[in-house]
Amino acid sequence: MRENKSIFTQIELPVVLLYLALTLIGWLSIYAAVYNEEHKSIFDISQRYGKQLLWIGLALVLGLFVMLTDTRFFNGFAFIIYLVTIGMLVAVLLFGSTIAGSKSWFQIGDFKLQPAEFAKFSTGLALAAFLNRLDTYISQTRTKIISIGIIVLPAILILMQYDTGSALVFSAFVLVLFREGLSPIPLILGLIAVVLFILTLYFSPLYVIIGIAVLLALSLFFTRRNIQVIMRLLAVFAVASLFVVSVGFVFDSVLEPHQRSRINVLLGLDEDLRGAGYNVHQSKIAIGSGGFAGKGFLQGTQTKFNFVPEQSTDFIFCTVGEEWGFLGTTVLIGLYMMLFMRLIRMAERQRSTFSRVYGYSVVSVLFFHFAINIAMTIGLAPVIGIPLPFVSYGGSSLWAFTIMLFAFLKLDANRLNVL
Amino acid sequence: MEGKKFNERRQIITLIILIVGGIFIVRLFFLQVINQSYKLSSQNNVLRFVTQYPARGTIFDRNGELMVYNEAAYDLLVIPRQAVIADTLAFCRLLKIDIESFRTRFEAARKYSRYRPSVFLEQISKEDYGYIIEKLYNYPGFFFQARTLRKYPRPIAAHVLGDVGEVNNNDMERDPVYKMGDYIGKSGLEKFYEKTLRGHKGMKIMMVDVHNREKGSYHDGIYDTLPITGKNVYLGMDARLQEYGEKLMVNKTGSVVAIDPETGEILALISSPNYDPNLLVGRARGKNFNELLNNPMKPLINRAIGGTYPPGSTFKMINALVALQTGSIDEGTRFSCQGKGSSPIKCTHSHVSPLSVQPAIENSCNPFFWNTFRSILTNPSLHGQKKALEYWHQKMLDFGLGHRFKTDIPFEVAGNIPSRDFYDKVYNGSWNAMTVRSLSIGQGEILVTPLQLANLAAIIGNEGYYYPPHLARRIGEENDSLPPHFTKKMETGIDARYYRLVKSAMLDVFEGGGGTARRFKIKEFQAAGKTGTAENPHGKDHSLFMAFAPYDKPKIAIAVVVENSGFGSTWAAPIASLMMELYITGEIKRPEMEQFLLENFPDPVEQ
Repeated sequence: MRENKSIFTQIELPVVLLYLALTLIGWLSIYAAVYNEEHKSIFDISQRYGKQLLWIGLALVLGLFVMLTDTRFFNGFAFIIYLVTIGMLVAVLLFGSTIAGSKSWFQIGDFKLQPAEFAKFSTGLALAAFLNRLDTYISQTRTKIISIGIIVLPAILILMQYDTGSALVFSAFVLVLFREGLSPIPLILGLIAVVLFILTLYFSPLYVIIGIAVLLALSLFFTRRNIQVIMRLLAVFAVASLFVVSVGFVFDSVLEPHQRSRINVLLGLDEDLRGAGYNVHQSKIAIGSGGFAGKGFLQGTQTKFNFVPEQSTDFIFCTVGEEWGFLGTTVLIGLYMMLFMRLIRMAERQRSTFSRVYGYSVVSVLFFHFAINIAMTIGLAPVIGIPLPFVSYGGSSLWAFTIMLFAFLKLDANRLNVL
Repeated sequence: MEGKKFNERRQIITLIILIVGGIFIVRLFFLQVINQSYKLSSQNNVLRFVTQYPARGTIFDRNGELMVYNEAAYDLLVIPRQAVIADTLAFCRLLKIDIESFRTRFEAARKYSRYRPSVFLEQISKEDYGYIIEKLYNYPGFFFQARTLRKYPRPIAAHVLGDVGEVNNNDMERDPVYKMGDYIGKSGLEKFYEKTLRGHKGMKIMMVDVHNREKGSYHDGIYDTLPITGKNVYLGMDARLQEYGEKLMVNKTGSVVAIDPETGEILALISSPNYDPNLLVGRARGKNFNELLNNPMKPLINRAIGGTYPPGSTFKMINALVALQTGSIDEGTRFSCQGKGSSPIKCTHSHVSPLSVQPAIENSCNPFFWNTFRSILTNPSLHGQKKALEYWHQKMLDFGLGHRFKTDIPFEVAGNIPSRDFYDKVYNGSWNAMTVRSLSIGQGEILVTPLQLANLAAIIGNEGYYYPPHLARRIGEENDSLPPHFTKKMETGIDARYYRLVKSAMLDVFEGGGGTARRFKIKEFQAAGKTGTAENPHGKDHSLFMAFAPYDKPKIAIAVVVENSGFGSTWAAPIASLMMELYITGEIKRPEMEQFLLENFPDPVEQ
């Protein structure tokens, strides 16, 4: 009784307000995106805004339930929740329905559920619970391997569902591990790999290898020239060259054709405005046509007339950009920035490793969604179909994000009770 | 130590997030505020500007009879992305096109845009439309757009009315009102009164979705404009007279021009050979146009305003009038047509000699008019032969010769009246009346158009003035809408009494016992005329005739030119006579003359 009372007084109110603001912006944008004269009632369940209103209502109920859950539940049941999720991911592979090319949905009547959305939550819990154990240190190889295993297992299962976007989200947990003491080298190596990958697609592998050789040769002038250094540089050269050579193979043989064309479009190597480039081109037109102050609520023409595909789900940012202009997009980005800053601050003030790791998981996953989704709509990232948290249309993702966020709010509100 | 390390990492993560947010805001600033091209793209995406074509103004004759009107025609449009054609052959049969044409048309449409409509088959007639529309539901992605085509109730006056065709690049450059696929007057009245006839296009702004489906009008249509129908043009032409003249001129090369002398309105303007104006309408236009263009008889040329002929004897009256006005001769002056006086130009007719001016016109005596012309050039009051020729040249211009009337159909030519400068150049300054003697009988460098010849008849009928000949009598519904130069009275500066002398001589051509056109005298009223036979270096002489009627108060002045047909009295005079009869009495009472004209004219190929 006493605990419950303290929950609602100690809850981080600004985060709740930011959450409500984002879902409201999301709902208004969905309303604008599918608005038409014939269905004006906002409760019209046949329309997406009507449904989203229902999803929001249910999400709030879910959030309330999460707030009323005993905090010990999250830590204590973390692995069980994780295993249940893994089981669901396997089950969806066996029994799931295929929607838009991804075999990642459970469909019961009209109701659809995507387990991958909840896997992010449970992976965060499992990772937090694992690192919370007294016998784990991130410096240990065993801890590293198990941590990465916890992250990669659901990612592989999701990848098998042909849902590349959701699988990529799990790479966000690298940030969590980094915060917990993982060497930044994997991050830097990853960055170098991406740069090399892009360079290889722009130029031929031979030129990139020559470039690497020249850079390494130059670095000789700035270091001691002994056998060890030279051997090391040669090793770096060999690995880099092998990587560069394999890029062509990976690109042509491993990636699906649509993934290849998306990357080509992004890099400007392919200007197929009717094909793969169409989404991004239309999305940029919609956002760009908004101008400084936007066209006004319900006045957007690009999104309303379906020029932008998926505009209420993955491309919802277009509606904001078109109807509210640069002001609107800046405000929205600002809201996210405030949310992320708040959450980082909250994560850092946790007394338990569990709460802190979980908090960073929430920030990382939300940030990854935010970054990739917006970058995609404004042509800075290839088209990876992941939703904008709290804003995009869709029950599964809204509920998953709500549970994730509110679990952290609960942990945070309860932090003083943690010994 | 530990805490500091992790604090650092917290800051790095914070920094990464803020940098990403910052990049987004900068990118959005460029995308939304700096770059303007996306705003344009969005308009092109969503707004479809649907042109509302106005009906083109129609053209009426002087009695209110419709000469050109609009008939609905339909363009078949296609949106390639939506097109579904189960049976291509059946579709081709339906549209009456071959499979090759189907492929090229469809490919062209697809090349233009897969999402936007483009014209697949243009100008489908009302009849075909009715047939096709019933089956069109089988072919999604195809739909009709209404256009109008010109239609001519009587297949006449093709040269006058002109034709309408699609604009070319030059037209669009000259006037940005025109867009690809618009129609524009290409010749004749359609070209001259294009701005009057075309009306104003309206614009309907529709919003379309990504599949190009119309989603209603933009801002409830407040930016839409309605098309404004083109103004009608009312002609002075008499459609019945025109049709009859064209009938008489069948198989003959030449032209007929009839003018209302009181107003300068053109009653008929015939150029032969001609063609059915309906040929240059619709889908066969291009093919038919090329056939007409390559026809060795050159039916596209409007000989009535673009053909030039030596006026021959019809010119003699003008010289007589100038000579009388300047006092170079008087009513009683006689010149002999035999002996010394006969040289250098012989008389071609046999008559009593010597003659005064009136019988000389009646008998078309060449030596008389040579002497007349010489007496003008040697008239002491005109200060020498060269000055005298300058004066004479000016007088010819006053008679409407040697310059354009700026009439209301294009491609009018000026003809030619040689000037003093011309002869100075040709003869190095040393020339005299003898050198330019052929001017006296309307030969040599003098060239006139049938329109000028008809106007000459009008001047004589009017006893000294004319209104520049023109086709339109009213533009639109308001009066006084004609270009002002059509209603400006032009004076020749020669006294009416001299005209009366010439007129009565011309009356004798019909009424006199020895008149060259006495066989074509009309019972119901008195007509006056003059034959002419113009020498032609290219073949047989041209037969010319000019006339006006009724004698006292002329209502019609007419000029007829029949190329390479010999004496003017043989072919040109009866045509003029019949046309004057029809115009004034409203009927033809001499069918045998008509019959003769239609049946006995030598086949041009045999000549």
